[in-house]
Amino acid sequence: MDQEEERILRTIQTREITENIREMCIEANHFLSQDMCRVFYQAAEKEESPLGKQILEQLKENLQIAGEDRIPICQDTGMAVIFLKIGQEVHFEGDSLADVVNQGVREGYTDGYLRKSVVKDPIERENTKDNTPAVIHYEIVDGDQVEITVAPKGFGSENMSRVFMLKPADGIEGVKNAILTAVKDAGPNACPPMVVGVGIGGTFEKCALMAKHALTRNLEEESPVPYVRDLEKEMLDKINRLGIGPGGLGGTVTALAVNIETYPTHIAGLPMAVNICCHVNRHVRRVI
Amino acid sequence: MNKKIHAPISHEEAADLRAGDYVYITGTIYTARDAAHKRMQETLDRGEPLPLDLKNNVIYYMGPSPARKGRPIGSAGPTTASRMDKYTPRLLDLGLGAMIGKGKRSQAVKDAIVRSGSVYFAAVGGAGALLSKRILSSEVIAYDDLGTEAIRRLEVEDFPAVVVIDSLGNDLYETAVLQYRKQEA
Ligand code: SF4
Repeated sequence: MDQEEERILRTIQTREITENIREMCIEANHFLSQDMCRVFYQAAEKEESPLGKQILEQLKENLQIAGEDRIPICQDTGMAVIFLKIGQEVHFEGDSLADVVNQGVREGYTDGYLRKSVVKDPIERENTKDNTPAVIHYEIVDGDQVEITVAPKGFGSENMSRVFMLKPADGIEGVKNAILTAVKDAGPNACPPMVVGVGIGGTFEKCALMAKHALTRNLEEESPVPYVRDLEKEMLDKINRLGIGPGGLGGTVTALAVNIETYPTHIAGLPMAVNICCHVNRHVRRVI
Repeated sequence: MNKKIHAPISHEEAADLRAGDYVYITGTIYTARDAAHKRMQETLDRGEPLPLDLKNNVIYYMGPSPARKGRPIGSAGPTTASRMDKYTPRLLDLGLGAMIGKGKRSQAVKDAIVRSGSVYFAAVGGAGALLSKRILSSEVIAYDDLGTEAIRRLEVEDFPAVVVIDSLGNDLYETAVLQYRKQEA
């Protein structure tokens, strides 16, 4: 039995996680993923407003400066949101997982000259001075690997995010209206062009988590579900007809993508969440 | 229209600016965001003087990331202005020349901008690296304990911004969006 277990379980030293997260925090704040860059550059070609074009050009230059001069893309280097997908055949050795994750965030934000934006208590509001703690989402999956996603989230756009507890009778029209409402209300505050993450179904907290997770999906990948794929395209088109434009200063590029995740839900409900992200949609993924 | 302007900004100069103008600002500006505004309000409530003279000065709603060695400042883009709305009319009535931020303002702020002949600029949100390069120097002048939220004096050169609310009360966020809104297909 012992021998059998040795063969199945893979041991990972938790300090390995610290080093990875440290690097990923720094990387995410200086470089956008390639899919994000490509989608951004393509969208910039399509902007109809001269002022909108000028702003998109500024944002392109900003990305270049960030990478070359090592200045964070945005000064709001976010609260570190971390998704850990842990294979059930992994055995951890060392300090506790939450501690090593937070140590990685602490080192990344300090060594990487990133802004410390986290307060210890939502009411008393004293800065923790090292950007910890992170918000960590654990998921146990098959296999013997650990997938880490580090997604620093800025709060200009986070503040404009919403949960809607729709009724089943509201149906897909209700979902569309809710997405448009959230985007319209966000307007210039969310630093458009935005990426819109949507979670439909599940429960109150499940839909919010899906909306957040949807933001980390490759923007060039489509949803595998046919009606969701159509909905993503339709909503992107509708959002870009709102006129909000780059910086909210008018234009035809308001969103870069709409990413939707769905989950089964209860006969009595249609919960959904819209997590708005700015054009600085940061995420780095590694598998160890 | 593209214009080069100087900071501080007098009310006469502000009166020449129109919503939609693209400006490059050179001169001295000050940073203050949530916590600094709260403190300035408390200072005024106690009848004490503010750490900076507001007259014609420009407040930039910004909290930078730390500077790397050899740089005056880190990433330095605007934060959402509406969180400062509660405090702003009072500062405008005390002579504040202009504000730089991002996002919509309340009606009370718009009224105060018109009343005082001031102006609200938007800098491009999420362009903190680019804007950082237009800042030549940075010095904390008050509330050092607030870290990134301290009040800083910045020397800027050709700092790009867009006039969003002008002294007549025109609001680009409202007008430009209508111009590019498209009917349902
Ligand atoms: S919403 Fe995004 S781009 Fe805008 S300030 Fe926040 S992190 Fe930066």
